[in-house]
Amino acid sequence: MCLAIPAKVKSIDGVDAEVEVGGVRRKASIMLTPEARVGDYVLLHTGYAINVIDEEEAQETLKIFQEIAEAEDRDSPN
Amino acid sequence: MKFINEYRDAELGKKLIARIQQRSTKPARLMEFCGGHTVSIAKHGIRQLLPPTITMLSGPGCPVCVTASADLDKAIALAKLPGVIITTFGDMIKVPASRSSLQQVKAEGGDVRIVYSTLDALKIAQGNPSKSVIFIGVGFETTAPTVAASVLQAAQQAIDNYYVLSLHKLCPPVVKALLDSGEVKLDGIVCPGHVSAIIGSHPYEFIPRDYGIACVISGFEPLDILQCVDMLVDQIESGQPKVEIAYRRGVKPEGNKIALELMYKVFEVCDGNWRGIGVVPGSGLRLRKGYQRYDAERNFEIRAGEPVEPKGCICGDVLRAVKMPLDCKLFRKVCNPEHPVGPCMVSSEGSCAAYYQYGEGYGR
Amino acid sequence: MEDKILLAHGSGGKLSHDLVKQNFVPLFDNAFLNKLDDSAVFELKGRLAFTTDSYVVNPIFFPGGDIGKLAVCGTVNDLSMMGAVPKYLSIALIIEEGLLMSDLKRIMGSIKKAAQESGIKIVTGDTKVVNKGSADRLFINSAGVGAIPPGVDISGSNARVGDKIILSGSIGDHGIAVISQREGLQFSSSVKSDCAPLNKLVAEMLDSGVEIRCLRDPTRGGLASTLNEFAESSQVGIRIEEELILVHEVVQAACELLGFDPLYVANEGKLVAVVAANGAEKVVEAMRRNKYGKEAAIIGEIVTEHAGRVILKTRMGASRIVDMLVGEQLPRIC
Repeated sequence: MCLAIPAKVKSIDGVDAEVEVGGVRRKASIMLTPEARVGDYVLLHTGYAINVIDEEEAQETLKIFQEIAEAEDRDSPN
Repeated sequence: MKFINEYRDAELGKKLIARIQQRSTKPARLMEFCGGHTVSIAKHGIRQLLPPTITMLSGPGCPVCVTASADLDKAIALAKLPGVIITTFGDMIKVPASRSSLQQVKAEGGDVRIVYSTLDALKIAQGNPSKSVIFIGVGFETTAPTVAASVLQAAQQAIDNYYVLSLHKLCPPVVKALLDSGEVKLDGIVCPGHVSAIIGSHPYEFIPRDYGIACVISGFEPLDILQCVDMLVDQIESGQPKVEIAYRRGVKPEGNKIALELMYKVFEVCDGNWRGIGVVPGSGLRLRKGYQRYDAERNFEIRAGEPVEPKGCICGDVLRAVKMPLDCKLFRKVCNPEHPVGPCMVSSEGSCAAYYQYGEGYGR
Repeated sequence: MEDKILLAHGSGGKLSHDLVKQNFVPLFDNAFLNKLDDSAVFELKGRLAFTTDSYVVNPIFFPGGDIGKLAVCGTVNDLSMMGAVPKYLSIALIIEEGLLMSDLKRIMGSIKKAAQESGIKIVTGDTKVVNKGSADRLFINSAGVGAIPPGVDISGSNARVGDKIILSGSIGDHGIAVISQREGLQFSSSVKSDCAPLNKLVAEMLDSGVEIRCLRDPTRGGLASTLNEFAESSQVGIRIEEELILVHEVVQAACELLGFDPLYVANEGKLVAVVAANGAEKVVEAMRRNKYGKEAAIIGEIVTEHAGRVILKTRMGASRIVDMLVGEQLPRIC
């Protein structure tokens, strides 16, 4: 069961939170991620935040893709 | 959508594909274990984009597909009891069990409701104090902690008409069982992304260590999967299998400790009954004695009858990646999403459904 | 006036009569309805298009519309998809006992507004009331008649190899707007149903002079099912590109959340057209001048290969099949 989407935490009230993804808001529980703060992105699965997304790592991954792309461009001059 | 769209960039994708095509020289048989990956690969047509050295196989990563008929029969027996409201994820409702399905029970008057979350099931329990609300707990380590959380909430809020039928399963033990069976030769595994968000990367270490198979934990967007394949190819080409995390924004090596704690507070490990594979020791979860008041198995009389497997259905072989959907005599002709014979076709994540829906192997 | 609909309102007696005479007739105010005869009588020459549909949407009120607006637009659009000018409409109500009068009035108001916008006249109707539990608040059936101008020949079986496929705007809005109101899937968003009458848009497309071969509104089953219907009826192959199909971000987000594919989500204010290739750009320009075609775009073409099948080129450059919707999309977690 893997459908989990990145959602932004908009407000927190105890273990209840409101999250937003692409303009859609939903209630979520942060029982599994009590360290989540307003403004964090979490992975939302069946109404629960199962992890806080590491934004730095996300940027790193994109950087890796960029580097790969540039290397490919250099190596194949078509 | 942030953290989604960036990982669907076609230009970057083309470059990743080019890199994989250059570097892959040795045959690489890769298995994606998670149903979410099966769907993503089919939906974005990833198989087509990879070089012929790479073969992608689908494993038993669809929790709906691997739910044994005997277990689903229990859910159906419960659904027929008076005063019971069954709450379930949408995925389960059409799966054919031995003699019926939850959808059929619903059509015959049973109170079966699709929910998106156990939070919804708890609300239904609070709103219907005279009924027993049973949640059908299906899913791997991604979902089990959320169900555990719901049991803890029920305890906190004194919701005493909420029950869980635990059909939860664990991933690493079944991967081991599959590898031990020797039925499939693998060079690499695309490890589940969100199961790993919970369990971390350490539980997979036995795979490269004891079997010499490469492991990379992958996200679900096309670029994530391509990056994972690229990293697997690297390990295979260099002959140095290990466990790596490609999905770094979602998975930490130690996983989500709190989620694991909650999961093991409510559940304990037991044997799991996997469709097509049989009983795999230590691969299931059941409610601990301390939470037995929420356990549907202990609180209701379940008369499920003898389990029956559909004739001609080779879902078991497909789940073990011994056969592909196209090898099944029933595929498409008899078994299709409208008239599914086995769970691999009816589950939105099942291999057969993905093959049918997205035309994998079409024209071949 | 009572504040709830009673069984007596449908029995044909005084309460029934008053409901129709004091509410419906003045609301729609036309010579046909005012007569209150058993049938509306009119003359129409030439080829006629005739269609019927029943509306059972749940919930009956949703962002961007309600069952009344849907009942008019849906039938107006079915006529328009044949190139017909919508003329006359019937509205038959099956009301569940206990429906609030204020809700009924609100829906009748929507019906009037939609009829006015499209120009169709509501010339006959019926009202029945059933016991509580026998209908889901309100069901509406509407049947419509339209006149097809000479020389217009539109059918799902007319597509020819080389033709271009045009989509009039974004997909998925209606289905998501409706489902966002359903119990158990509580989420809030700004998604509004795209429910709209498309007859004027179609008239402008026909006016462009370009040959329009096929038209259909992708309602239940979404864009995917409509394209499959064309491929099947015309026995041609269809190729479309994912990049060219517009899905608003918030609809995409809702689909991701629920595990839906926008290609299969219902639309109530969009159309798919198959037109001769050399005139496609001209038709798109004409559509963009209409408020319901502002985001019109060419999304694909008709090919000889894989007759009967629809193939999508994904963003990543691969090709995959787009099949017809089987059963219904269920919210999933996998």
